[in-house]
Amino acid sequence: MHELSITESILEIALRHAAEAEAEKITDIHLVIGKLSSIVDDSVQFYWDIVSDGTAAQGAVLHFRRVRIEIVCQACGESYHPEELDLSCPGCGSRDVRIVAGEEFRLEAIEVE
Amino acid sequence: MKERIPIVEKILSANDHIAAQNKSALDSAGVLGLNFMASPGAGKTSLIEHTIKKLKDRLKLAVVDGDVATSIDADRAAAAGAQSVQINTGGECHLDAIMLQGALSELHLEEIDLLIVENVGNLICPASFKLGTHKSVLIASVPEGDDKPYKYPGMYRGVEALVINKIDLLPYVEFDMEYFRQGVEILNPGLVTFPLSCRTDEGLDAYLAWVETEMEAHRRVVQ
Ligand SMILES: Nc1nc2c(ncn2[C@@H]2O[C@H](COP(=O)(O)OP(=O)(O)OP(=O)(O)O)[C@@H](O)[C@H]2O)c(=O)[nH]1
Ligand SMILES: [Mg+2]
Ligand SMILES: [Zn+2]
Repeated sequence: MHELSITESILEIALRHAAEAEAEKITDIHLVIGKLSSIVDDSVQFYWDIVSDGTAAQGAVLHFRRVRIEIVCQACGESYHPEELDLSCPGCGSRDVRIVAGEEFRLEAIEVE
Repeated sequence: MKERIPIVEKILSANDHIAAQNKSALDSAGVLGLNFMASPGAGKTSLIEHTIKKLKDRLKLAVVDGDVATSIDADRAAAAGAQSVQINTGGECHLDAIMLQGALSELHLEEIDLLIVENVGNLICPASFKLGTHKSVLIASVPEGDDKPYKYPGMYRGVEALVINKIDLLPYVEFDMEYFRQGVEILNPGLVTFPLSCRTDEGLDAYLAWVETEMEAHRRVVQ
């Protein structure tokens, strides 16, 4: 459900940057979303079609760049990308680990004409 | 002609901006703000009632209650002896900074020491929306199961304290405390954790002492 407010924020940011660039139309929007942020692409797309209607961003294509989870083990230094819910180190089994990627949630670029 | 405009902006930057305003409003009035998040029925309102009853002689408390439709929880907080404001989110599954800003304008912040915000019961959405409170507290509860940190990592990542409520039910429910805590430790190393029961009051004192310590620390910072 919070995809609605998120989609509205995406639109607001995109329109603001397009206006600053004096662009007439936004054709593409590039989003970076880490696997750990709980965003469902399909719902954003669904709300996008509704909220962008009648704006300079109407019909713009949303591109989702999904970033894998990356973890660095503090015990043995190994860096890995867990696919399962078990986040502990596959090398040495340590649970003293740091999440270094996968929490991204930002707008990377827009394409305008 | 197509042109690519690079942007480095967090998607919720507008919300973050209002959250920062809320925080400075709280700071200038010397109010410590806590954001209580949990799944539905975990015991947010129960813990708020205990907090009010135990601390109201020493601290002036206010509660902001986010609820999809009713004022039941705000009424419970008022009955326990706190100023309370209800935010009906009108179907939204989380509070955001603008909603809290509206609620703050209905409170006399100068007369308050501690503000507790009860977020909407939900383990996903509230984690993304900063409010401008100083500390986020996650209230887990035993009957929800021990796999929740693994399933809702975003929520467990973003909090400063964890309550494990309903420990009175441990004998009746399959809940592997070690497995639960392992998940928490990976997501949020060293997170302060208070196993307690709002039913038997076991473990409540450690949590209340933490609230008072945070209050003291906050006073020193904003003065
Ligand atoms: N056994 C037991 N029951 C509890 C405990 N704490 C709360 N409850 C019960 O759990 C139910 C839900 O408690 P609430 O405090 O209303 O939970 P909440 O998180 O505020 O719920 P929502 O606001 O509806 O999401 C109530 O029936 C409480 O009496 C506890 O420590 N042990
Ligand atoms: Mg409640
Ligand atoms: Zn390792």
